Amino acid sequence: MSAPSDAPEKQVEDNGAAAGAASGKAPAAAERSLRQIAWQRFRRDKVAMGGAIVVVLLIAMAVLAPLLTRLFGFPPNEFHQSLMDPLTGGALNDPADPASGIDPWGGMSSEHLLGLEPVTGRDMFSRIVYGAQISLLVAFGATVLCVVIGTVLGIIAGYFGGITDTIISRAMDIFLAFPLLLFAIALAGVVPDGAFGLQGNALRVGLLIFIIGFFNWPYIGRIVRGQTLTLKEREFVEAARSLGAGSGHILFRELLPNLITPILVYSTLLIPTNIIFEASLSFLGVGINPPTPSWGGMLSNSLDFYTTSPHYVIIPGLAIFLTVLAFNLFGDGLRDAFDPRSSD
Amino acid sequence: MSKSTLGLAALGVSSVLLLSACGGGGGSDSGASGSFDQATTEVVNASDEQGGTLRYAISANIESTDLGNTYYGYVWNFSRYYARTLLTYSAEPGKTTETVPDMAAEMPKISDDGTSYTVKLRDGLTYEDGSAITSEDVKYGIARSNYGDDALPNGPRYFKELLADSDDYQGVNADPSDPLAGFGGIETPDDQTLVFHLKEPFADFPYVLVQPQTAPVPADADKGQQYQEHVLSSGPYKFEGDWSPGNGLTLVRNEEWDPDSDPVRPALPDKITVEEGVDQNEIDQRLVNGELDVDLGGTGLGPAKKGEVLTDEAAKANADNPENGSLRYVAVNTVVEPLDNEACRQAVMYAADHDSLQRAWGGAAGGEIPNDVIPPAIEGHDPKLDLYPSEGDKGDVEKAKAKLEECGQEDGFSTNLGVRSDRPTEVAAAEALQASLDRVGIEVDIKQYPSDTFTNTQAGSPDFVHDNDLGLNVYGWIPDWPTGYGFLSYIAHGDNIKKAGNSNVSELDDKEINEMLSDAVKTEDTSEQERLYKEVDRRIMETGAILPIVFEKSVLYRPENLTNVRFSAGYAMYDYMPLGTTNS
Repeated sequence: MSAPSDAPEKQVEDNGAAAGAASGKAPAAAERSLRQIAWQRFRRDKVAMGGAIVVVLLIAMAVLAPLLTRLFGFPPNEFHQSLMDPLTGGALNDPADPASGIDPWGGMSSEHLLGLEPVTGRDMFSRIVYGAQISLLVAFGATVLCVVIGTVLGIIAGYFGGITDTIISRAMDIFLAFPLLLFAIALAGVVPDGAFGLQGNALRVGLLIFIIGFFNWPYIGRIVRGQTLTLKEREFVEAARSLGAGSGHILFRELLPNLITPILVYSTLLIPTNIIFEASLSFLGVGINPPTPSWGGMLSNSLDFYTTSPHYVIIPGLAIFLTVLAFNLFGDGLRDAFDPRSSD
Repeated sequence: MSKSTLGLAALGVSSVLLLSACGGGGGSDSGASGSFDQATTEVVNASDEQGGTLRYAISANIESTDLGNTYYGYVWNFSRYYARTLLTYSAEPGKTTETVPDMAAEMPKISDDGTSYTVKLRDGLTYEDGSAITSEDVKYGIARSNYGDDALPNGPRYFKELLADSDDYQGVNADPSDPLAGFGGIETPDDQTLVFHLKEPFADFPYVLVQPQTAPVPADADKGQQYQEHVLSSGPYKFEGDWSPGNGLTLVRNEEWDPDSDPVRPALPDKITVEEGVDQNEIDQRLVNGELDVDLGGTGLGPAKKGEVLTDEAAKANADNPENGSLRYVAVNTVVEPLDNEACRQAVMYAADHDSLQRAWGGAAGGEIPNDVIPPAIEGHDPKLDLYPSEGDKGDVEKAKAKLEECGQEDGFSTNLGVRSDRPTEVAAAEALQASLDRVGIEVDIKQYPSDTFTNTQAGSPDFVHDNDLGLNVYGWIPDWPTGYGFLSYIAHGDNIKKAGNSNVSELDDKEINEMLSDAVKTEDTSEQERLYKEVDRRIMETGAILPIVFEKSVLYRPENLTNVRFSAGYAMYDYMPLGTTNS
């Protein structure tokens, strides 16, 4: 979160009643912008701070994946089959002795921090770290797409009303009623290997972002529309209009800055949903192509080995769980901080 | 073979009740039920005890109960309970790829020029309603499944391919007054004789007569695709009520069946049930618990249960690990550049790490590492062949690099590898191949496709393969019958390259191979056949068009209550006809 600085005028206006801007008297506490207040509240919320720290660490992990695997792991696609039992695919207790049985811990050691992937012997730590790249890339990309489409259409629907609102609102209903998962599976099956100037995994990632983002925008859209409906009746909008401002100016200069907060909060809450969606698609085999690791794909493969190598199920499952939990806690904290009425 | 009289059957039931009562008290570790892989080579729990209910389950729905409308080995095996065929596979361990007479009184008489086969039916063959089975009914069954635009869709069309004098015949619905008018390929001089006339000699014809399409269907009982609801039984069991897909099937004894007319079926259980659409993991668990007798699909335990059973000594003793007759391989395309160059394909053959590929397929329990393409159970397999030797089957990187230089690609090249996305084993093999080819600079991109379209419109379409640069495709082949021709003609004969649904994914069109295959199936001389098949086998390996992954093995589980268990190489699963059960 950015450090609190001079808040834009409009924010103060929006917060006008609380800040008592019209009174002329400005005690130090009232000088603080909404963001400063929210930041203070957020800092006091230990659970939310915990979530935020995990989120930051996850992003750092994804960005620094090449460095981390060089320091603590192996190349994510490097096979180590001499460590594995050929019959069951599990990690051997003693790599020198093929009859030594399977290590119930999946070959975890100081070399292989999270153990080995069954059959191939690829380093789980490296694959989890690289898997974070795909998960976060798709989740962030899809969220940005959702937010852009949802904000633009939501603000237009809310501001203009009438027939425009009707059309956009019905479109939202249709999108929300769409059997998204089925559509995603079908689409991923028919899109050729190279399309729209993209190839291979770049295309797969693009496709995932498009599918998830394009069909989830109505959630943001509805919130933005609702907020716009109330904001457009406010004095500062009336004032701008009476001064002769055009619709474009009012929409993007007057209304949008006041919508940033709810948009930020809800996109933070959208990210974990999108992570789960990406994992589901990878789990169903319509995600990215092997050997590139993805958490959902690992989880899907692991089901064949759950009896002999349980760590293969647990570790990617835990990675998804922790990521989703962290983003949810962070998002909840953010919402509470900006909208104290919703918290207790 | 044991006779089925009411008295004996009743006795069987009561003794079974006693047995299961004991079993309930003392646990189920009777111990004498066999050892690991025993049913692959001999009979486990031999018994002629009648009675009880034999419980099958399958993870999908039964493809069809109609003999003329099925292409799945498990239906071919199972349908014999209620439909007798002219010939069938022997149930004698060690000879299970040989054909023996079923409805036929003896093996067919072949004319000197090899183009006509005469089959005499046994005496005393009847349907469940007591009416007699005639040769015309057999002919009708073949007609409805092979000829005309409205022939039943699912089954193979071998009769149409092979029979003479029938090219103008438009099927059983063309002329309602005489459904068989114009079908000259089969003569029925009397009610018990069939004479098949072939276009040209075809030594594998007895295997065609094993197919369920040779089961009798009386013309007035035929209801087209609805016939599957209640097939008129010619075997020891008949449908209880009607069958519809997904609702399960129950078979009860057909009292009109005469055991004296049937040397193939001991018909031990009183009742046979099939549950459809049961999750594979649940089937496996219930088998191990003894709550189910047979997995009808016959493909063996799923991967999760397999690992568990193979690591548990007690459970392992109830498992068999036979080769299921299929070759899993990577089709190396002979048209896509630069693999159109034989030396480039041979580079792939040398570079492949077979140990890694076998591990991906589940290690030694998943299959043997092959050095040729014809599986061991089939004539023509050459155990001495080893054209691409390497230490520890890890691949020979030096030789591969030399071959790359020979084909003008000394820096390696890149190509795509097609694989079915919903088959984890195949994806694992693809990744293993990708890693091993990477060692010599061959860069492989894995492309995933859904399995329901893969064999038809992706790997099965040469145009798609060329357009998408799919130099490699993970593929597999299970022959329709266990001979060299049955195994190789579809995957290696140039004449079988099709626009869609192509099985010759390598697009191998080698004059030598084509000629040898065509010659081999025309001769009745078995030693000449063997020589030709071995030569074809060697030549295919030389072309580098087929990179074998494994001769696949399945892990089949036989619960302790299952009796008379033996593996049939002909059906690549347990032989279902002799099975009995100690359940009440």
